[in-house]
Parts: sequence; structure tokens; C-alpha cells
Amino acid sequence: MNSTISAIGLNLTFQTNDGPVHALKDVNLEINKGDFVSFIGPSGCGKTTFLRCIAGLEQPTGGGITVNGMTPEEARMARAYGYVFQAAGLYPWRTIGGNIKLPLEIMGFSKAEQAERVGRVLELVDLAGFEKKFPWQLSGGMQQRASIARALAFDADILLMDEPFGALDEIVRDHLNEQLLQLWARTEKTIGFVTHSIPEAVYLSTKIVVMSPRPGRITDVIDSPLPKERPLDIRDSAEFIAVAHRVRDGLRAGHVDD
Amino acid sequence: MDEESQGERVKSLLPVLTVVGAILLFWVVSVVPMNMHLTADLAQRQDIVVTPDTPVARQDYSGIGLALRNTHLFGMTYTLERPRLPSPHQVAVEMWDTIAMKKVTSRRSLVYHGWVTLSATLLGFAIGTGLGILLAVGIVYNRAMDMSVMPWAIASQTIPILALAPMIIVMLGSIGIQGLFPKAVISAYLSFFPVVVGMVKGLRSPDAMQLDLLRTYYASPSQAFWKLRLPASVPYLFASLKIGISASLVGAIVAELPTGARAGFGARMLVGDQYGQPMVTWAALFAAAITAAALVGFFSLIERWTLRRMGMHAA
Repeated sequence: MNSTISAIGLNLTFQTNDGPVHALKDVNLEINKGDFVSFIGPSGCGKTTFLRCIAGLEQPTGGGITVNGMTPEEARMARAYGYVFQAAGLYPWRTIGGNIKLPLEIMGFSKAEQAERVGRVLELVDLAGFEKKFPWQLSGGMQQRASIARALAFDADILLMDEPFGALDEIVRDHLNEQLLQLWARTEKTIGFVTHSIPEAVYLSTKIVVMSPRPGRITDVIDSPLPKERPLDIRDSAEFIAVAHRVRDGLRAGHVDD
Repeated sequence: MDEESQGERVKSLLPVLTVVGAILLFWVVSVVPMNMHLTADLAQRQDIVVTPDTPVARQDYSGIGLALRNTHLFGMTYTLERPRLPSPHQVAVEMWDTIAMKKVTSRRSLVYHGWVTLSATLLGFAIGTGLGILLAVGIVYNRAMDMSVMPWAIASQTIPILALAPMIIVMLGSIGIQGLFPKAVISAYLSFFPVVVGMVKGLRSPDAMQLDLLRTYYASPSQAFWKLRLPASVPYLFASLKIGISASLVGAIVAELPTGARAGFGARMLVGDQYGQPMVTWAALFAAAITAAALVGFFSLIERWTLRRMGMHAA
């Protein structure tokens, strides 16, 4: 079995004041090494919760999930994850370089190695020369790139991104999407990507997981027929539009239950 | 410093000076009616004509009323030896005499008394701040402390310090602890509270996302404390320190009042009051106020420097 992440019969129920909420119901999913997987669906469909389960930030109440053959907790201990949140979440009191060093310090890399890695990942996200700047001196898009650099710095083989570009405008977003694809091609990481946007999901992914709410579950898994090389104008191609249609249909099907 | 910010500084100085000027003017004008009865009594003894001409009759007049009938006595109200309200220049002269003209080791030197109070203030502030930070860490990391410490901390601040101070001094005295330390205890008692409140808020200021991020790194709780919670709390700490240091000074002065302390700002205020030397009291009051302003200003400077180095802007 060469799947990096494998979820079998995953269930998660939150106990709230209004009674139990079934956030994930019978989720089965295999993610292979090097996949770029997008999770798309309306709010409350459990896509973020599923991402958090992969990272061991939430405990499933039923079923199982393995990451590189380990439990999420063990994988976290083995530093298998780079996590990027919707907000960049850079520490305002650290420079960009200092922020990228944060995980490296925590994981006990040597000073020389820290410096070398900071330089390398800043290069990767096109932020070379910004090492000594403070976060407030950077635009929102640059901050988010810095937070991606931070997630890349310690060579986790899985990159989990929770609506990383959700707060950015369309133009910046297009640009970052393009850069992310290049980054993925260069680093060959497995990426889990949560989004609200159909074009973003179709443009980026090798596998699109369509989810629907109440209870959160998977309604469709689409293996993208698009080539690995994807210029921005691929979004006008017939193949792209066909995939986008199928995603939209999946989303609509999920809403029939309402 | 560039010219523009210097211009800004001059601009912001103007309103400040206006307010100071208004207060001074109010003070100077108030001296006349406040001292008029005393002045009239004194003038009569020097065979100056005063209306009305008996102290008993004068009691029926307010200070302003009496002043309006005796405008020729205005000048004298500013030069009384024991005025009810000293004029600004009298206070200034007293301060000059006791600060600049006395050796700092002299018992009549305000610098000497200032140091006595300041040393208790600083010791108490150090104890209070240390205690406050420790309690805040305990409250943030320990559920039992979270539930139990805060109500007591709040209750402690509702007890009037004037009632508590003599008890603390007497109790510590009875077990042989005297001098600096009991005063520092009262300073600490007043200054730990803002530090606890500020630091609890500061240590809890990182949001769930930032804590989750550290979890994805498998960071230990102590790494989360040193790398996230503590630096995040620094701006809150400085806000608390500025409140705490002035509370400490008040605590040290209050601690000197009920015990017949022989030295310190509090002792000077008491002496001035008891021996009818208002200038002594006022000089001590002003010296204490200037000391407090200097201490707060000092922490503001450190705050600005620290936050700038941390890449943040001072609030």
C-alpha cells in the first residue's frame, strides 16, 4: 500500500450545548504520496475538521486514520506536517526569518542549519531579501507566502493548507496558486488543501474531494484528468470546465438533503 | 531626531503647557481667599486697617467676601509663614531649599527622604511584580489556581489600604521585622494586582490558531510558554508595570503615615501637617508626584525601546 494518508470509516461527533453535531460521517479516503488533494464544500461540511483529524488536532470518535502508517499523533511527533492556516499567524515580534526559524528552534535544528534553511525556503516562496523585515512591513499575500515558507522549513512531507488564500483578493490568489503549483512540483510534497473556490480546487488538484454538510461526508472524489503542467489559461480549456461541472454537480447533490 | 517629529513635539507641548498654566493660575488666584482670614488677623496685629475689624465679625465672611473688602492685603496672602494654602513660589522655594541646598545625607533633605521611600517602593515593586507574574502563570496553567486565586486577588484590593497598612506594620513588627521590609510588603500588596490581571490577559492573548500551530510542531508546553505566551504578553506586562510602579509608591507613602516613621515622603507629609508647616507637606507631595511621574516615564521609555526592538509599536 503506497497511500500516505488513509481514512477508514472515520466518524467525529462534537458534543455541543445544542446536542451532538455529526461533523464527519463514514469518511473513507486514500491519499497517495505526492497527491495534491483539495477538499471543497460549503461551510459545515467537515473539510477543515477532516484536515485537523489528519494532523491529529482533533480526535475522531470512530473509525481510523493512518498517516505514513502511523497514527496522526505519532506522525505529528515525527514532524510529518506543515500546516498553513487561513491567517498567516506570523509572530509580530519576530522577523520573517525569525518566524521561519520558529519550528526549527522547536525541533532543535542547529543554528547554522536554521540559517541555511531559512534562506532556502525564502527563495522557494520568492521572498529572498525579506528575512530581516517584520510581518507588518509585508503585504497580506507576502505574509501568507512567509507562512508557507515556515511550513516548508522543516521538510515535512505533508503540507496541510486550510483556506490559505481565502482572505486574499482574486489577483493575488491567482498568482499564489500558480506559485503553489510550481512549489509542489519542485518539492513533491503531499498537499491537503481546503477551499471554497471551485476554480481554485480544479486548477490546483490531482484529486478533488467534494463534501457536503449535516452530517459532514464525502459525496464525490474526482481524479483530475488535467496534466501536471498547468498554465493559468488551462482554466479556459474544455477539460477544466468539465471537471468544474462535475464538482458543481457534486456540491449541488449534497445540498438536496437540506 | 528629524525636524518634522521635533515640530510635532512642539505642537503637542502647547496644549500641555496651556493646561499646566491654567492649573497654576487657578492655584495662584485661590491663594488669596484661602489665606485671607489668617492674613487679616496678622495684618491687624501689625496695626494695618482691616474691615471688618474683629476676628469674630470676619468669621461671617467667606474668604472671597473678605478678600474683596481688603484688596490692600492681597500681597500679604502670598508671604505667610504658615499659610493654609501656600503659593506656588513658596512651595518651589521649600523644594529648592530641601532638594538642592541640603546635603543628601541630611535629615532635612528631601532627596534623603525620597530615597527612603523610593527604596521601599522599588523593593515592593520587585516583590509585587515577581509575585504577580508567578500567580498569573499559575492561573493560566493550573485550573485549580484559575478558579481560586483571582477572587482572592480581587478581594484583596477591596480592603482599604489605610486600614490594612498599620496592621501589617504592627504584625511584622511584633515578629521583629521593621524598617524597609514592612513598607515594601504594602507596596507589593498594591502592585501585584495590576500585574496579575495584565499578565493573565497577556499570557492568554495567543489565539487558538497559534496554539494549534505549535501543536503541529509537537512543541512542548514550556516551548509554547517561552516562544509564544511570554513574548505575546510583553505589551500587557508594560501596561501593568506602569500602573504597578505608581501603586507601589502610593503604598510606600501610605505605609509611612500610620507608624510614625521618621523618614520618607510620608513622614515629611505627616510632620508638615502636625507641626503646622504646610510648605513641608506640599513640598513632599510634589516631590512624590515628580518621583511617580519619573518612574512611570522611565517604564514608558523601556516599553517603547523594548517594543520597537520586538518589531511592535508602543500602545
